[in-house]
Amino acid sequence: MIYSVVGYYALILGLISGLILIYFSVQNFRNSEILDTKILSLSFLQLFFVVISFFGLVLSFVVSDFSNETVFNNSHTTKPLFYKITGTWGNHEGSLLLWLLVLTLFIFIFLLRTNNQSIKYKTLTTIFQQIIIIGFFIFLLKTSNPFNYLFPIPEEGLGLNPILQDPALAIHPPVLYLGYVGSSIIFSSALAATTLKMVSGSWATHIKKWTLVSWIFLTLGILLGSIWAYYELGWGGFWFWDPVENVSLMPWLALTTLLHCILVLEKKSILTSWVIILSIATFTLSMCGTFLVRSGILNSVHTFANDPERGLFILIFLFVLIFISLFIFFFFHKEDQKNSINLFWLSKESAIILNNWFMMYFLSVVLIGTVYPIFLDVISSEKISVGPPFYHKLIIPFLIPFLIAMAIGPQLKWIKSNLESKKILIFLLFISILISYLIVKNFDKNLLVNTILISSAFYLFFITVRDFFTKKFKNISQNIAHFGFSLLILSILFNNLLSSEVITNLKIGESYENSKFKILLEDIKQRDEKNYSSVIANFKIISSDGKINKMSPELRIYNQPNIVTSEADIKTTLMKDKFIVINLVQNQEYFNVRYQDKPFMLWIWVSVLLLSMGGILSFLKREYER
Amino acid sequence: MRFLRITLIILLLIPNLSFADDQFERNKITKNLRCLICQGQSVYDSDSDFANSMKILVDKKLEEGLSENQIYDFFKEKYGEWILYDPTLNKNTYILWLLPILIFLLGGAIIFKKLKFKN
Amino acid sequence: MKDKLVPSVIIIIFLIIFFIFYKGLQETNIYTPRSEIKKDIPIFSGVKFDSKENVNSSEIFNSNKFYLLNIWASWCVPCRQEHSYLMRLSENNKVILIGLNYKDNFSNAQNFLTKLGNPYETILLDEDGTISIEWGAYGVPETFLIHKNKIVAKYIGPLNEQLINEINSIIK
Repeated sequence: MIYSVVGYYALILGLISGLILIYFSVQNFRNSEILDTKILSLSFLQLFFVVISFFGLVLSFVVSDFSNETVFNNSHTTKPLFYKITGTWGNHEGSLLLWLLVLTLFIFIFLLRTNNQSIKYKTLTTIFQQIIIIGFFIFLLKTSNPFNYLFPIPEEGLGLNPILQDPALAIHPPVLYLGYVGSSIIFSSALAATTLKMVSGSWATHIKKWTLVSWIFLTLGILLGSIWAYYELGWGGFWFWDPVENVSLMPWLALTTLLHCILVLEKKSILTSWVIILSIATFTLSMCGTFLVRSGILNSVHTFANDPERGLFILIFLFVLIFISLFIFFFFHKEDQKNSINLFWLSKESAIILNNWFMMYFLSVVLIGTVYPIFLDVISSEKISVGPPFYHKLIIPFLIPFLIAMAIGPQLKWIKSNLESKKILIFLLFISILISYLIVKNFDKNLLVNTILISSAFYLFFITVRDFFTKKFKNISQNIAHFGFSLLILSILFNNLLSSEVITNLKIGESYENSKFKILLEDIKQRDEKNYSSVIANFKIISSDGKINKMSPELRIYNQPNIVTSEADIKTTLMKDKFIVINLVQNQEYFNVRYQDKPFMLWIWVSVLLLSMGGILSFLKREYER
Repeated sequence: MRFLRITLIILLLIPNLSFADDQFERNKITKNLRCLICQGQSVYDSDSDFANSMKILVDKKLEEGLSENQIYDFFKEKYGEWILYDPTLNKNTYILWLLPILIFLLGGAIIFKKLKFKN
Repeated sequence: MKDKLVPSVIIIIFLIIFFIFYKGLQETNIYTPRSEIKKDIPIFSGVKFDSKENVNSSEIFNSNKFYLLNIWASWCVPCRQEHSYLMRLSENNKVILIGLNYKDNFSNAQNFLTKLGNPYETILLDEDGTISIEWGAYGVPETFLIHKNKIVAKYIGPLNEQLINEINSIIK
């Protein structure tokens, strides 16, 4: 109980520190000497309190302190220790505490590590960040207190959803939040820089590493979420265009575009408006996402709390931030002196502007697809669903020119380029088309579309590989990232094209056979674990070339809460995954068996890792150059 | 030469090309149908009672010779537009489908106007 | 003047978006399909519970009386709760009760009826759940009030006192 009490008061102290921080910053705005040390110390103090509060909650979970309402709702004495700890952020209140932790951590490190900027800028950034932080403190304390006291103290908790008891999911929120919430610092500093009219090349260099950090973690966070969905949710998919997934993708799209714009701003003094707007947009999209999934306004696979009061608070908070940003942008930001910028068609700047154009289109597709059902419902009370077909139809055709632009762009020089080695570039295009055609014509699905799509992905692939050899270590980070992206598209396309699936009903001893493999249900075993009992089905899969695989999917019956989950057995090898899952059929003696053959799954994960590797290398390069 | 080598490597890496997918039509349809008792899963992905019944019914309708669109119409009549994941183009969804395209064109127009391109 | 146009438009757009989200919060996001009132009943054929013979829907709904189609299963807990109301209704000769046994095990269903009583004139089997979908149902229990081959009312979830009164007033 002591942990919760300490945690609660630490929160209050953190809020007070924030208020003092803002008051102090505003009062002493003109006095540089005092500010410099004081805001750093106050910021540290606030971080300290939030850390204490956070650990207060963690320890409450560890000791199963059910006098704490959050612990009661989300934990259970039989839960393994690891999941007791990670259960801290697997719920609405705890995850908000994680938000606060990242918010306060980032502003502290920002103040610590920013040495070559004006004190006014640092103070203003702190003020904007504190607006966000204090907003969250109030949100927590008023509507989502992680330290509510329950009396009489329950004997046992209500348990955490067993689907969330998974290692990938355990670290997915912290990693994701470092990216998602970390973009707050970009938001605050961009607003500060705009107000002080210092958005320029040197500012771009300063903010770039923050953008990279946020981007890397966001990429990895999304990857972890997809891996979890694939291994844990039991349907063999990894992306469903579910609102919660879209909500993490949108800031990622904005952040990627921002990264590219910062590249340009560093070298040339253009695209300042883009940089400011995107900096604002990224965090705004994060907040908007939080609103969409926590307010209950949308129906999705993993919505948190469905509480309209909380939803209202976030909505108002979100729009307060939006209107502040709009005000600052329109009031302080004046367009560059020349009203139009002169660019050559064939230049790196044009390529990046083209990139921006397409990325904003992709962003608008995801955004509109996600929120349109809400608008339609409010305006005309009609309910529709927007699912994968919508996103595929609108995104895939545009992906084709996009991939080609990604290949050509890096070949172009700044200002003006006459595109050397045109011959090789055209030759590779030809090869890509040829290979794609040869592969795709073996299938009778959409020959033309698939060929063009795969060719453009192959083209990017070949060009980036060639760049490794011709440019060696120059721009290696960009090279790896683009290569990773091409690999991602190729893996997804081939996985889609080559996957096969079998759904059948089997009793013990029965088997299913087709030309490619035979599936035999050998026997069923039962086993009791700490907080569940399981039914294990042992299968033997014999493929047409004689290879034998043993696979054992499970059905788990949990005691708290009382639900049944299906654990797929997945055999991952370099070239393909074998995926099998069983389900009970109501009142029958047979099992429903779903077996999938999924090529290149591993490559999908590897390619996203490569993508983030590009970011990491870029970050390290900067650190090294300091 | 290098590229031809890489090409060969890639072609060799592609495993047994599996083509026949007799369930293709049915899978395509069930992927587009929403499981009404699940929170955000398609009938194809879900193993709930409702989803399994839907799959059986889709098979039956396919055997009866109904086309994909006829099957969608059948379910729409029972459950409303909400059951389809691919929003059909009607007066409710014009904006949904056209707004992104409009934004794309608008974005292009703004870019071309603000930036003067020279050669 | 033109300078103020773009910012103003953008601010107005955001205000509109705010209000739409605000209103959106008030609506429920749990979807219930539009009611089937006044729709024709589906044409289907099923297997009789006891005799296992095939029968067409036209043979069942063939008189001018009211029919109550109740989808139930022995494993469904709310079905137990509403069963006593169904027994009471079965005594009213203005309405004929037809049962649709959903995805059930035969002996369990028989036990259910033996223990709690059988209010149905006819019971059909819906082992794979497809007949329920023909009716536009998606769970158990669901109940349809039918008259002259049209659906007059649809009830999702177990029947209770209030709904039984409603049914009674309709079939008078």
